[in-house]
Amino acid sequence: MLFPLPAVHLPPSEHHPLLQLPHGRYGEGGGGGGGEDCEGCVCVCVSTTPPMEEDIDTRKINSSFLRDHNYATEADIISTVEFNATGELLATGDKGGRVVVFQREQESKNQPQRRGEYNVYSTFQSHEPEFDYLKSLEIEEKINKIRWLPQHNAAYFLLSTNDKTVKLWKISERDKRPEGYNLKDEDGRIRDPATITTLRVPVLRPMDLMVEATARRVYSNAHTYHINSISVNSDYETFMSTDDLRINLWNLEITNKSFNIVDIKPANMEELTEVITAAEFHPNQCNTFVYSSSKGSIRLCDMRASALCDNHSKFFEEPEDPSNRSFFSEIISSISDVKFSHNGRYLMTRDYLTVKVWDLNMESKPLETYQVHDYLRSKLCSLYENDCIFDKFECVWNGSDSVIMTGSYNNFFRMFDRNTKRDVTLEASRENSKPRAILKPRKVCLGGKRRKDEISVDSLDFSKKILHTAWHPSENIIAVAATNNLYIFQDKVN
Amino acid sequence: MEQNTEAKRIMALSLGKMYSSRSQRGGLRLHRSLLLTLVMRSAQDIYHSSRVVTEIWPANGQHAQKALPAEEPMDTSGAQFQTCALTTSPEDSQLRCAKSDENKENLEPVRSNRRTRKRRGKAAGEPDFLPSKRARIRMEAAEELLSAQVTELCGTNCLSERTCSSHVL
Repeated sequence: MLFPLPAVHLPPSEHHPLLQLPHGRYGEGGGGGGGEDCEGCVCVCVSTTPPMEEDIDTRKINSSFLRDHNYATEADIISTVEFNATGELLATGDKGGRVVVFQREQESKNQPQRRGEYNVYSTFQSHEPEFDYLKSLEIEEKINKIRWLPQHNAAYFLLSTNDKTVKLWKISERDKRPEGYNLKDEDGRIRDPATITTLRVPVLRPMDLMVEATARRVYSNAHTYHINSISVNSDYETFMSTDDLRINLWNLEITNKSFNIVDIKPANMEELTEVITAAEFHPNQCNTFVYSSSKGSIRLCDMRASALCDNHSKFFEEPEDPSNRSFFSEIISSISDVKFSHNGRYLMTRDYLTVKVWDLNMESKPLETYQVHDYLRSKLCSLYENDCIFDKFECVWNGSDSVIMTGSYNNFFRMFDRNTKRDVTLEASRENSKPRAILKPRKVCLGGKRRKDEISVDSLDFSKKILHTAWHPSENIIAVAATNNLYIFQDKVN
Repeated sequence: MEQNTEAKRIMALSLGKMYSSRSQRGGLRLHRSLLLTLVMRSAQDIYHSSRVVTEIWPANGQHAQKALPAEEPMDTSGAQFQTCALTTSPEDSQLRCAKSDENKENLEPVRSNRRTRKRRGKAAGEPDFLPSKRARIRMEAAEELLSAQVTELCGTNCLSERTCSSHVL
């Protein structure tokens, strides 16, 4: 078995306001009107025990299925998913510029089966569409990335970014309010001073919990090109934002200045051959970061070496296999995501067809290469036609760096166990997520006789793609974004 | 010939994508434009090497060499990534003239209107510093060229991906 997962028990309910994801429908400041039901995403908690053997383990877990969402509003399409450092919170960003934060329920002794479900905690509009008048360009409000800051006090902080602007949001709870003012009464009306005969000290009284999100910093006007990543440094003082050609280093406190640490813009734009596709800070070395390129290479840089890190310390690239050369070789070798392992010893990169794990000490070739959906190699022309070849898949490590996960088409996502070398394909879909159902491993039939339960390559739905996934930092809980639906899968416990 | 067909198709596709990306919300994406250009170049290389062998323009032998659309250097300024416009050789302008025979009636009055509308000073004819209008017309001609050839091939799908992958560039 890939990993044992404890069960999640959700009571089935048609009207489950806590579990309905309010994408696009409610939230402070102007989603839908009050009382409007959520038509947005679906939160499904099912357990998964992906068995490696042919016959499926019949342990069944409960799962509750919420409001169906047949049509997809474009604004509801989830564009990023991220757990915070403890896994207590899960944030999602969407194309409409909204951020929805989920909080894990505290485990209660009364209902031991209900372990840690995720409920909506806060919803806010992070970015609005803007217009750059100078260039006559619309700036999309789509949230490209969310990154949590480590928690220092009762409030939570996250960074969210669209194409041009990064914002620092503070999410805090308010459960008390002051009562007994002297100069105004309980409704807020000013009292006539002549009627005041005694003075009293306002006291804090409990109120219904209110979660509010406020923008504490806005880091803008630093990027000419589109921001594709942000990464918080382990020094917890700085972060970097990356666009196609430049990487800027910011101090979290200072919004009117940033330092440019990487600039690959050629003097003559006609000579442009590669762009930066992703970047990340090392998890424990605050001077080290990596960035990936559209040519399939990764550069590791040390900020101690020089102020401008155009010269890399390490250069990771695998020579191309000449037998696989095609019109589309450049596109499929472009790296769409790069992630350090939690222990900081490995790097993982995702290109169109594979996931590679690199050892930081070996630059010549990856340590491991996993084929995500190699059956698409012969379909590259069609995928070019329907634009799917430009899809940018992300990849994630599990907490112990033993399993990696990435998405594919037809709402499939794949997990690879690095130790046992086993892999599994699972599907995030409503049909497969009946109550108490375990996720069944899926298989794509490569040709020849199609077995029962297999799906042939031509039947894959390329409009259903899983680009964004997240793994809880310490437990086996994963969040999978399938277009505008969010699936949360947990382990089963007996 | 299959390679040539494939290359032409991909070129047409790429052109279409480049044009549509201009009207995309959020502006031109540099990464996407770069990838499209790379595919375009690969396809053009194949097209070029195939064209030398197969004669597309039987009328004039020397055109076989020159007739390939060469990519204009990318003109970029800031975030505006102007994707390349295909320039065409003189042979293509012949094609344009041939195709626009029907339009001659419409073209002529415009030209003469333009001339008459201009105030004739001491210098006769158009001054040198006026920007040439040729670039846009060339683009349209290139588009016509490619779309004409694509419609020739209409009905043939990109069946064999193997032809793509067997290209050694």
